[in-house]
Amino acid sequence: MPTTTETAEKAHAAEPRGGLRRRWGNSVLPRHLTLAALGLLAVTVVLETTGSFANSQLASMAYLGIAAGGLTVLTGLNGQLSLGHGAFMAVGAYTTALFLDGDNPLPLPGVLAAATLVTLLVGAAVGVAAARLHGPYIAGATLALAVAVPGVVLHFDRLGGEQGLGVRMPETPAWVLDAAYFVTGSELNPTKYVAYIGWAALVVTYVLLANLMRGRVGRTWRAVRDDEVAAEIAGVHLGRARVLAFVVSTACAGLAGAVMAMAVRITAPSGFSLTLSLTLLSAVVLGGLGSLTGALIGSALLTFLPHLVTGVGVDAGLTDVRAAELAPAVYGLTMIVVILVAPAGITGTVRNLWRRRRGAA
Amino acid sequence: MQQLLTTALGGLTLGAVYAAFALALCLIWRSTRIVNFAQAPMAMITTYIALVIIDAGHSYWTGFAAALIGGLLLGAVVERVVVRPVEGKAEINAVILTLGLFILIHAVAGIVFGSRYRSFPAPFGVRGLTVGDTSIALTGFGVFTVVAVVVVMGLLVLLFRYTEVGLRMRAAAFNQEVARILGVKVGRMLTLGWALAALVGSLSGLLIAGGSLVHPAYMDSVVVYGFVAAVLGGLDSPVGSVIGGMLLGLSLSAVSGYLGSELVPLAALVILMAVLLLRPGGLFSHHAERRV
Repeated sequence: MPTTTETAEKAHAAEPRGGLRRRWGNSVLPRHLTLAALGLLAVTVVLETTGSFANSQLASMAYLGIAAGGLTVLTGLNGQLSLGHGAFMAVGAYTTALFLDGDNPLPLPGVLAAATLVTLLVGAAVGVAAARLHGPYIAGATLALAVAVPGVVLHFDRLGGEQGLGVRMPETPAWVLDAAYFVTGSELNPTKYVAYIGWAALVVTYVLLANLMRGRVGRTWRAVRDDEVAAEIAGVHLGRARVLAFVVSTACAGLAGAVMAMAVRITAPSGFSLTLSLTLLSAVVLGGLGSLTGALIGSALLTFLPHLVTGVGVDAGLTDVRAAELAPAVYGLTMIVVILVAPAGITGTVRNLWRRRRGAA
Repeated sequence: MQQLLTTALGGLTLGAVYAAFALALCLIWRSTRIVNFAQAPMAMITTYIALVIIDAGHSYWTGFAAALIGGLLLGAVVERVVVRPVEGKAEINAVILTLGLFILIHAVAGIVFGSRYRSFPAPFGVRGLTVGDTSIALTGFGVFTVVAVVVVMGLLVLLFRYTEVGLRMRAAAFNQEVARILGVKVGRMLTLGWALAALVGSLSGLLIAGGSLVHPAYMDSVVVYGFVAAVLGGLDSPVGSVIGGMLLGLSLSAVSGYLGSELVPLAALVILMAVLLLRPGGLFSHHAERRV
């Protein structure tokens, strides 16, 4: 039987070779860069035309999208399941909070890079151990990690205990304000500034991930996922490929954590519960494992669905607290249904339907 | 000395509960090669059933029995309706499925019972027993916990060793094809296996809740400890799970007593990684090597 990812993969491989590809040629980088530029343009338009609340929602969509992108590469392409990405986001977020705490903090790109790097190192340590594990064992180990991290945070007083650390956003640099005013003709408020940072980070991450996936590295990952023995015979170093996938994925989680710290303005253990890791997984499963578009769709659902569903629940007579549980109920239910009915997720299923219609026509 | 005794006795009780939970995971792993991460919320929701019944004025034991029966039914329904379609397929699908169940049951408990902490009664004293003049850390409920787990394990051994149903279940778990040829209704046996496992899981949920607080997430860390205990014992062997549970209970109790309770999950992670890297087949494996 095909696995979830294989199904999505086959759909992908069978994509018609004409059309887009002919027009773009076989060069991957220009195509991804053009898509990225278009994406940034769309983000600018959306952020400028929506209010402050929508801006903050879009900022959370950005950090969820970055983390989900990393997770979908790990799970979809390399077949490793991580339930610990919430923990890696915590590493990134706490690093950010600590780096922004001093009197003369690094400039923001430096902070983002530092958070990514620190998480990457932690991820490498975990990845070296996890690379030797399979299926349920790696799930269990990363689950243990997700449960352990909040306790570790509580153990060190420097990290603020249950209350967590406040995140001090530095003043928006003057040249950014000027540039924003010059381009958009309106003032840049801090919320919008964070949203721009988040989406810029997302676009950069996705371009890098998309290139990795399309190239030699991505092929190696898929080979390891589909058939270890065959991959090894073909000269792939299994452990190295797994560790690399894990490290890339955790680096994304670290960056996501950094953006999250800036957007939420506080990092506390309760923000990085097991639920966060599990909902990230539900986002990538729902969108379609191994697809960056799917990860983006999934994170959009994670961002906008709770508001919608909670409203429905309150209208149906539930208290606010109970209605807030409706959104996770929907995630859990859709995860089950997707695995049972449409293992390729949204992107894979749409692609399959599209192909079938073209075949019939 | 006092501290050591307290730690050891606390570890013994905790170990019994982890052993029960590990056994539940092990039973399911043996028959269907799935680690049922949803075991934790399943046990949580059956404990809530007991709580509702007890709060309605019935005795503790009515609630206790209702929770166990609820676990039995829930396990059977989950296997038959949700898990059956992914059995024998890619292992990642089954894992994702149990995680979906995990989130769903969690959320349903939050909607139906609310997310606040509620106290759960205990049928026996939760204060230390006194021997001579000194009070020791063993509580009446602690004794009950150990006894209940031992009784359930004894019953399971009897079932698997000496009854026809037990033999069929072992056959179905050992080799589905051959068992089917020999006339064993494999599907039914798998359903029964999940039901029994969920019953044992519910028992551990009740034992952890007794004299303490319950909320929708109270079992979440237990699934980690149960998993670590099962892996300690090799994940394949019921006896190994039980011994693994006791060992883990004692070690975690020592960590909690001497280093701080917030480091307990980290200690569990360290133990898990150490076992998986050094003896992936568990402490008691007979196989020279197994793929992890």
